[in-house]
Amino acid sequence: MNGFQISCKNLNLGYDNHVVAKNINFEVNAGDYLCIVGENGSGKSTLVKTLLSLNKPVSGEIIFGDVKRNEIGYLPQQTIIQKDFPASVREIIISGCQKPFKPFYTKNDYKRCEENIERLNITSFVKKSYRDLSGGQQQRVLLARALCATEKMLLLDEPVAGLDPIVTEEMYNIIEKLNREGITIIMISHDIKSALKYANKILHVGPNVFFGSKDEYLKLGHGNLVFSNK
Amino acid sequence: MNIEFLETLNLYMNLPFVQNAIIVAILISLCSSLLGVTLVLKRFSFIGDGLSHVAFGAMAIAMALNFVDKMFLLLPITIISAILLLKSGRKAKMSGDAQIALVSVGALALGYLIINRFSKSANISADVCTTLFGSTSILTLTKTEVNVCIILSVVVVIVYILFYNKIFAVTFDENFAKGIGLNTEFYNLLIAIVIAVIIVLAMNLVGSLLISALIIFPAISAMQICRSFKQVTICAIIYSLVTTILGLMGAIIFDTPVGSTIVVVEIVIFIIFYILGKIKGGIVA
Ligand SMILES: Nc1ncnc2c1ncn2[C@@H]1O[C@H](COP(=O)(O)OP(=O)(O)OP(=O)(O)O)[C@@H](O)[C@H]1O
Ligand SMILES: [Mg+2]
Repeated sequence: MNGFQISCKNLNLGYDNHVVAKNINFEVNAGDYLCIVGENGSGKSTLVKTLLSLNKPVSGEIIFGDVKRNEIGYLPQQTIIQKDFPASVREIIISGCQKPFKPFYTKNDYKRCEENIERLNITSFVKKSYRDLSGGQQQRVLLARALCATEKMLLLDEPVAGLDPIVTEEMYNIIEKLNREGITIIMISHDIKSALKYANKILHVGPNVFFGSKDEYLKLGHGNLVFSNK
Repeated sequence: MNIEFLETLNLYMNLPFVQNAIIVAILISLCSSLLGVTLVLKRFSFIGDGLSHVAFGAMAIAMALNFVDKMFLLLPITIISAILLLKSGRKAKMSGDAQIALVSVGALALGYLIINRFSKSANISADVCTTLFGSTSILTLTKTEVNVCIILSVVVVIVYILFYNKIFAVTFDENFAKGIGLNTEFYNLLIAIVIAVIIVLAMNLVGSLLISALIIFPAISAMQICRSFKQVTICAIIYSLVTTILGLMGAIIFDTPVGSTIVVVEIVIFIIFYILGKIKGGIVA
């Protein structure tokens, strides 16, 4: 089945009827790598939260096709609470396996947790406490948790923010690898260069919304952040 | 001198109401240690504080109305307040703290007024003192109250075990939990209700002013030396049991108020844990 996974039609985003981004139309298919770009405060995080139903859209439609709403793994921007949370790496990763009405983890969940630990090269620091990890290691742990929740789609909210160039590169490589394994990626990024390097589709959120393939984006003039909205 | 202590202790231990008190105290301390981490890390501590004052107000009403089994009034009032505080705190984030401050000071003032005006008791200031600091209330529970305490404690422990993983997920990262389809509003509500139940239970042991200590000290002490959620939970439980038992014994031997003695023991052990944590950098998970 090669239908769309998520399709948004005339989406207006905001909080309590206060609109922060208008007229968002886009579609992601299985295996896509969509980069969401735009200025600070343009509503990128709001869009991601709306896709996850953490936030209600002001108007418009989100249609889930080949993916269920709870089959989306999410890598949030970190909150302050997590910084000194007493939890082991494993406890956090396996928490991605939770489902409603299922109080305890199954053998399969533990297996999946171990698989994702290896997949993301976490083995060397798996025995540590989450709060003692570096920022890059923490991001990888949270990514592994997201992978426990899904094999279909990842929503990444600025996954490389605050990471040094080498770790950033590592993170991008991991994400690219996951994408090649068939996982759809939707990533927010301020790093247009990398966005253009890895993504096949670009969504620019702002006063003028652009959505299209990377080539169309380039044709319209890359780096020029103002696009006409048709 | 040691012998004398043991004799006093032995004498007390053989009294049935002391035995009851010890059983109830152990159960209460077990329950109150469970949700400490969640309370501290989810910034719920203010709700705990507000609720303990609401419980004081409710207790005042129960006393004025001459309730025998006061818990039957305390429980619904505190639970309903927990739900309301959670709802209003979520809706208006900015004023949540202020609202709770208002509620808690209001409940305290109103409670004292009610006791003062309507209580038929001969010694009002002793009543107030007991309610605030729980000097002897654990020893004066009715048979029904002892049973209610036991049942509620067991329910709290079962709920905690069943929802342990969910509580972890919701405490650690509510947005992610919601994203993977967990009903986080329900779990927040559940946590608030369990906190209310724990507060009503703990009020019997340490009085309303010291409840927060009983809930928060085990968690923050365990967090000094433990590295995983499971370790923290287990350590907090053991800490709570040990400090409560030591506190109770201390109160009996030195003839001091139960609640304050327990809290003093908790502070001493917290300081030890804090130093241990600084030296060893904690136990590796
Ligand atoms: N919970 C909230 N309630 C009300 N308004 C909010 C809330 N969260 C964000 N906003 C507002 O919505 C707008 C968009 O915020 P959003 O976080 O989506 O921006 P962003 O594009 O992710 O920015 P950044 O690049 O800085 O992460 C901002 O003007 C912000 O002030
Ligand atoms: Mg953002």
